[in-house]
Amino acid sequence: MAEPTPTPETVSVTVDGMTLDVPKGTRLLDACAQAGVDVPHYCYHPGMSAPAQCRMCLVEVEKSPKLVPACVGSVTDGMVVHTQSENALRAREGVLEFYLVNHPLDCPVCDQSGECKLQDYVSAEGPAMGRSREPKRVLGRDDFGGDVLFYADRCVMCTRCVRFMREVAQDERLTVVQRGHRAVIDTFYDEGLTGNIWADNIVDICPVGALVSKDFLHKARAWDLDRVPSVCPNCSMGCNIRLETRDDQVMRLKPRPNPEVNAHWMCDFGRLNYNWMNRVDRIEAPLVRDASGRHVPMSWADTLTRLADALRGAAGGARAVVSPFEANEGMGALRRVMEAVGGGEGVFRCERGEEVVLPGFPELALRRDRAANAVGAELFGFARTGGADGTGGLESLAAHTGVLFVLGDELGDAPADFGANASLFVYVGQHLGPAARNAHFVLPATTFAEMEGTFTNIQRRVQRFWPAVRAPGMARPAWQILGVLLAGISEAGAPGTAADAFATLGAVRPEFGQLAWADLGANGAVLPGVRELQETGD
Amino acid sequence: MAYPYRHPAETLVISEHFGNPEARTLKGWEALGGYKPMRTALGLDRAEVVNIVKASGLRGRGGAGFPTGMKWSFMPKKEPGKPHFLVCNADESEPGTFKDRELMRWTPHALIEGCVVGAYAINAEHAYIYVRGEFFEAAQVMARAIEEAYAAGYLGKNVMGSGHDIDITLHIGAGAYICGEETGLLNSLEGRRGEPRVKPPYPAIAGAFRYPTAVNNVESLIAAAHIVHHGADWYKQWGTEKSVGTKLFCVSGHVKRPGNYEVPLGFNFREFIYDVCGGTPSGKPIKAVIPGGSSVPILTADELDIGMDYESMAAAGTMLGCGSVIVMDSGTNVVKQVRRMVDFYAHESCGQCTPCREGTAWASKILKRVERGRGTPDDLDTLLDISDKMSGKTICVLSDAAAAPIVSSIQKFRDDYLALMDAGQLAGAGGR
Repeated sequence: MAEPTPTPETVSVTVDGMTLDVPKGTRLLDACAQAGVDVPHYCYHPGMSAPAQCRMCLVEVEKSPKLVPACVGSVTDGMVVHTQSENALRAREGVLEFYLVNHPLDCPVCDQSGECKLQDYVSAEGPAMGRSREPKRVLGRDDFGGDVLFYADRCVMCTRCVRFMREVAQDERLTVVQRGHRAVIDTFYDEGLTGNIWADNIVDICPVGALVSKDFLHKARAWDLDRVPSVCPNCSMGCNIRLETRDDQVMRLKPRPNPEVNAHWMCDFGRLNYNWMNRVDRIEAPLVRDASGRHVPMSWADTLTRLADALRGAAGGARAVVSPFEANEGMGALRRVMEAVGGGEGVFRCERGEEVVLPGFPELALRRDRAANAVGAELFGFARTGGADGTGGLESLAAHTGVLFVLGDELGDAPADFGANASLFVYVGQHLGPAARNAHFVLPATTFAEMEGTFTNIQRRVQRFWPAVRAPGMARPAWQILGVLLAGISEAGAPGTAADAFATLGAVRPEFGQLAWADLGANGAVLPGVRELQETGD
Repeated sequence: MAYPYRHPAETLVISEHFGNPEARTLKGWEALGGYKPMRTALGLDRAEVVNIVKASGLRGRGGAGFPTGMKWSFMPKKEPGKPHFLVCNADESEPGTFKDRELMRWTPHALIEGCVVGAYAINAEHAYIYVRGEFFEAAQVMARAIEEAYAAGYLGKNVMGSGHDIDITLHIGAGAYICGEETGLLNSLEGRRGEPRVKPPYPAIAGAFRYPTAVNNVESLIAAAHIVHHGADWYKQWGTEKSVGTKLFCVSGHVKRPGNYEVPLGFNFREFIYDVCGGTPSGKPIKAVIPGGSSVPILTADELDIGMDYESMAAAGTMLGCGSVIVMDSGTNVVKQVRRMVDFYAHESCGQCTPCREGTAWASKILKRVERGRGTPDDLDTLLDISDKMSGKTICVLSDAAAAPIVSSIQKFRDDYLALMDAGQLAGAGGR
């Protein structure tokens, strides 16, 4: 084989017989990953410094007298690495046996079981049996404050948690106390992690079951969970997440890496605010109000036919209120339906709070708008109204005498006669709030967790989410309901998929026309040319 | 016999004034010829100072034996805004070692001179002396001496009219073995946990406060001052070709006259133990000797006909280390001694690296069980295997240090282990 001649920017490295060119300065561990070799490691995490202390990533490098930790130091040109040599395997097997000397092996009651790096590595490379017959060290359990519980005996002392709080959260709340085998992670003060909204990230990065979430404690086994890529709906940052569900119940949210948005992290506010996705007081069938004022369940076909008929004869223009938790596709479809019946003003209401920046990755913050798609709502021409608590501001809508649409907003604060003046009141939503009782048509819509669609985050990044739980009863995505309705009152075709619905958004906001569904990928894409909207709403 | 024991076979260079209270005071030290080496050094070019020490072949006396002049020559060129530091390692934490303590107790001004010479050589304006936490008296004596030296103009601005500023800060540790490891020491000095750093970068590039730093042992610095004053050839009159000069050896255990002895490197080890130190007080034969501190492999009585120098010790499969000799007579059960050492290392492991944190504690538990008579021969195989997995796999060499006595004791004193197991069987302690 001819010797590759690397340019100054790349170096040639051979990992387990595979030679590849990598950029100069590439971490050895990353070079191995590029060669398809996953070198076991605990202390190293790509979002933090590498202390090289777990000694799990020891590999053999030719001409190096000792085994080399792959997590520190970059590759040099011509480096020949053996990750599976007898020496390297023996060293790593040794390290794993050392971990097991004091590990309680309480996997049957450990929340991490099934997604535990100690289990994974021991089963991959560890000894068949530990030889230790000595009594194990017992330290017990500690409440670290916030959502975090610490099982000291399971800890592998990788210090990721300490370094996360020091380097990323930049709020030193944890430290290693004592030394040697008596060393243990501890908090400085009684309040521990309480008050730091980034603290639950240490549960994610803990490679074992030492740091667990109180919220998730003993709730589900890792292997029973279904994991679906999604976007956190709880602020306009749009952290990439996984919705982890069991039996159509959302069990927890976990961050999903996106270097442009949230790196590896997410905040506790977003993470723990998921119970609303599991609400059972849902509208399960389309309801049509009869002459006596009762809501009568009806098939989708009959409902939408009647609604289309009613819309064709409607006068007085349209008004709408949308929830900023709705997807771009639903908002766009509503805007098109409104245009078809004469157009009109739309508003949205969004709860707002303080912005909390993650100091070690300042691109990421808990944003002021505590809903995923406030930016999308603005882009589709809905105006912000109401107070910072997400209520009020509906006076002009209440007085409207034409067609009134509500999309997703539960109207919990609206007076009992809300919409009573409207000639036609269409409520598309998840929950039958008091004000929705005046609606002529009540159309059951899915939450974002039950459908496919996109949100537009504060960076104008359009990001996809996928259905994670089944929709209750006859609930359908709003883009489908409104898309089919639009087809009934206009020449437009009905969208069959979220991609179809997305493709029509360009008709409402031309910028969306420049983004192809296929380009969104798993990490989204930024809308072109809408910078002028950057600071609206503040 | 009054302290310190002296023996005619000794060559007194750096320990000449041990036991002389006059040497502790500035006036006394000046009368004994003190502060001349420092004046000599400051009159030379910095590079010249480094070259003399390099030419002398002086090797670091802290244990690793790295050539001192070479270490100084690794310091980068001084850049503006990037201070250099000299750090004197006076942590002396290796079990069995007590030479630096005596150097500081009796000749504190010699260390001040050594620090000034070293600091001058590496273009540092600030030297730190990191003293082990338990060395109360030594630290007091040093503090007093530094105060005197400042008052006399030997420290501070424009030292001795040379135009150079050199400050010394005395830093007292909290008593951790690992803070004798140079990068653990630097972390501790900076107020961090005393945990060794991943190297590279080495201290010469990023040391104290991430600035270029040379870390030198007390004895090395004191010897270096003498060498700069008297010349490299003067120092080369002692020792062997590669192990030059004299060295302080700290002797403890079963000898009639324990203490510090300064002999030229290459001195016959058997003669040293039997003649200089007087052999065992009980008259029993010697069973085992640890030649260089608790972290080096143990020698048997048959292996003592070697020179006390770096090369001969290495050839015998052990290390000169920091020159702390621990002698055990035939009444000793080596297992108990090894258990005690491993216990020490388990206690002193900083806890960063898994093989050390878990390995030292595990080995210590096994050894305790064996000591109680509840061991089995396969425990020895386990110990050897653990030791191998602890050696050469960690950030610093603490776990290697813990493994060395385990391995050498099982290799050379297996009968001691088996005797405990048999005794346990007889006493009905068998099984696990």
